[in-house]
Amino acid sequence: MADVLKKVPVREQDPKVRATNFEEVCLGYNQEEAMDEATRCLGCKNAKCIDGCPVAIDIPGFIKEVKEGNIEEAYKVIGKSSALPAICGRVCPQESQCEGKCIRGIKGEPVSIGKLERFVADYALEHDIKPVCPETNNGRKVAVIGSGPSGLTCAGDLAKMGYDVTVFEALHELGGVLVYGIPEFRLPKQKVVAKEIEKVKELGVKFEPNVVIGKSTTIDQLVEEEGFEAVFVGSGAGLPMFMGIPGENANGVFSANEYLTRSNLMKAFDDNYDTPIVAGTKVAVVGGGNVAMDAARTALRLGAEVHIVYRRSEAELPARVEEVHHAKEEGVIFDLLTNPKEILVDDNGYVKGMKVVKMELGEPDASGRRRPVEIPDSEYEIELDTVVMSLGTSPNPLISSTTKGLEVNRRKCIVAEEENGQTSKAGVYAGGDAVTGAATVILAMGAGKAGAKGIDEYLNKK
Amino acid sequence: MYKILKAEKLADKIYLMDVHAPRVASHCQPGQFVIVKMDDKGERIPLTICDYDREAGTITIVFQEVGASTIKMADLKEGDSFRDFVGPLGCPSEFIHEDLEALKNKKMLFVAGGVGAAPVYPQVKWLHEHGIEADVIVGSKTKDMLILEKELESVAGNLYVTTDDGSYGRSGMVTAVIEDLVQNEGKQYDVCVAIGPMIMMKFVCLLTKKLNLPTIVSMNPIMVDGTGMCGACRLQVGDEIKFACVDGPEFDGHLVDFDQAMKRSQMYRTEEGRAVLKVQEGDTHHGGCGNCGGDN
Repeated sequence: MADVLKKVPVREQDPKVRATNFEEVCLGYNQEEAMDEATRCLGCKNAKCIDGCPVAIDIPGFIKEVKEGNIEEAYKVIGKSSALPAICGRVCPQESQCEGKCIRGIKGEPVSIGKLERFVADYALEHDIKPVCPETNNGRKVAVIGSGPSGLTCAGDLAKMGYDVTVFEALHELGGVLVYGIPEFRLPKQKVVAKEIEKVKELGVKFEPNVVIGKSTTIDQLVEEEGFEAVFVGSGAGLPMFMGIPGENANGVFSANEYLTRSNLMKAFDDNYDTPIVAGTKVAVVGGGNVAMDAARTALRLGAEVHIVYRRSEAELPARVEEVHHAKEEGVIFDLLTNPKEILVDDNGYVKGMKVVKMELGEPDASGRRRPVEIPDSEYEIELDTVVMSLGTSPNPLISSTTKGLEVNRRKCIVAEEENGQTSKAGVYAGGDAVTGAATVILAMGAGKAGAKGIDEYLNKK
Repeated sequence: MYKILKAEKLADKIYLMDVHAPRVASHCQPGQFVIVKMDDKGERIPLTICDYDREAGTITIVFQEVGASTIKMADLKEGDSFRDFVGPLGCPSEFIHEDLEALKNKKMLFVAGGVGAAPVYPQVKWLHEHGIEADVIVGSKTKDMLILEKELESVAGNLYVTTDDGSYGRSGMVTAVIEDLVQNEGKQYDVCVAIGPMIMMKFVCLLTKKLNLPTIVSMNPIMVDGTGMCGACRLQVGDEIKFACVDGPEFDGHLVDFDQAMKRSQMYRTEEGRAVLKVQEGDTHHGGCGNCGGDN
């Protein structure tokens, strides 16, 4: 019987072993462990965990089914709210969402909701449990731009409502950040992502990869020439930022997007694939978010000594606690309260080091976070051969600049209403990182759901 | 899948293919490029659009065997397919947005080096179709490597061919021809467009700066996605960092930091060399040192 105060521990690959491979770190629960963990749920009538979930999954409802061993039923309960549970169970920041609100967490550890969701979803993938398909197709065409989490969710929901949905994707693989950004060791591509997308295809959604909206065609042309009655824009925030310090164009300086795209999407870590990656022997990853952790742990697996260089302290790291913990276990070194000033370059144009300065935390700024301030005369140099810049991303202006009447804000984010995704242009809806700037997978899914609802209401009135 | 409708060897190690890609063909403009990926394990390679047929839905690409991927690509035949073919990418050449009457009064000089003749062709052709005759210099190492001469002849005002070894046409580098035309033959140009290897574009720019001739170059840095999401193709242009795939590929040649761009192009030299060996040596490939048992 489980200790009611503690989560049933989840099996993981040994840190020393996993630091040398790209296999998934967390092995997940088996049915016995899942049923055991499920008994810790109190089944609250007024469940706070549901409020914490951006797509409001009936959490006590599915956990009750797990408790009784009805895994297929549990999958159906989740399926009413979420199209991608195997993904969200793995990558959601549950500590600040569902699990953050769990009553069990007041005294002891919250119920391991993410791991239970993951168990149910993996069970459904393994046992090939099909999603419930729509009974009728209403023949009305809707275009979805981008096959990331918001686009996939919106497309899945619209298909369930009977719409004829086509998803346009600029890259050659489907999944957006799920395939190019989040590494294999956190989110397996064939075993999980491809199979979840297969389930969206089973709902009747069509996919067209290699189409760059704004270049290969435009939103206006999709509506005027191809008969789409509404459009959902889920094009994400894929434009990388650089620091603007000297030496940033040296050989060996990458954006995290490039580094991760080479490794995840192009499989550069595998010699059987043609795309090269320069692994580096001593790597600095600048930044403290989840993307920085992903880049650092990737570099580690390619054989490098890896440093996270972050200008604030550990308490302010924006990355998930679990990811920081995993990175440390695997041997990533944290150079906190440290900020790059210049990248040092050798005569052949390659990185040879980085000049950094020590920081201390000053007064809180407008966002409430204590602002890092340089400590005078604390500059020093570190030797390196690779630097990965992980400073955040912003939306690509390609779509907004080629769509007449689509309003964007100062940060180039598309302006859209939160409850239904409606933009300034009739018939065009938007959601996910394209609207919010870089955020989380589950928030993007929530926006995809809202967009599908908005489009359905719009087309019913038309 | 994107079917190859025509595959032709133009010269030693230089190939031309017509590829069925209707969405690209219906929207592309001179100056833009595509990214191709040969098969499941292939890398993404940028190639300039050499020609297009909107009716037939085809795009013409020209490429040279320079590494493992292009060597493999050269084996593709009519009827084979590319797994992925995406575009059009990048910005069209600026002149297509200019006022036609103003453009007709402009004297334009195009300078093509090697396979650079391929991206120059659609630009000169577009101008020709709009009643503008531009002069074109084509430089090639040798007579055997010269491509698209007839095609360029049919659309250019004057065509000047030069070979490094003097085996055909004039003799010497393209820069010698530019100097000759401007300084000895009294030609006056308002703008020069140079496309070819970076080293050639660099030397054209050094010369045209002296001649006070505004010059546009089409940059060819390393690219991955080609849609602006990674910055692999970034360049220093004046005071700014530009992504060649979305801000270019054409830039003011007098502002581009060519030395840095050329250094960045060398970044994967070792990996590329190993990949070529792997293709050439096939099953006998053993990584080079003879002891390690191969680099797989």
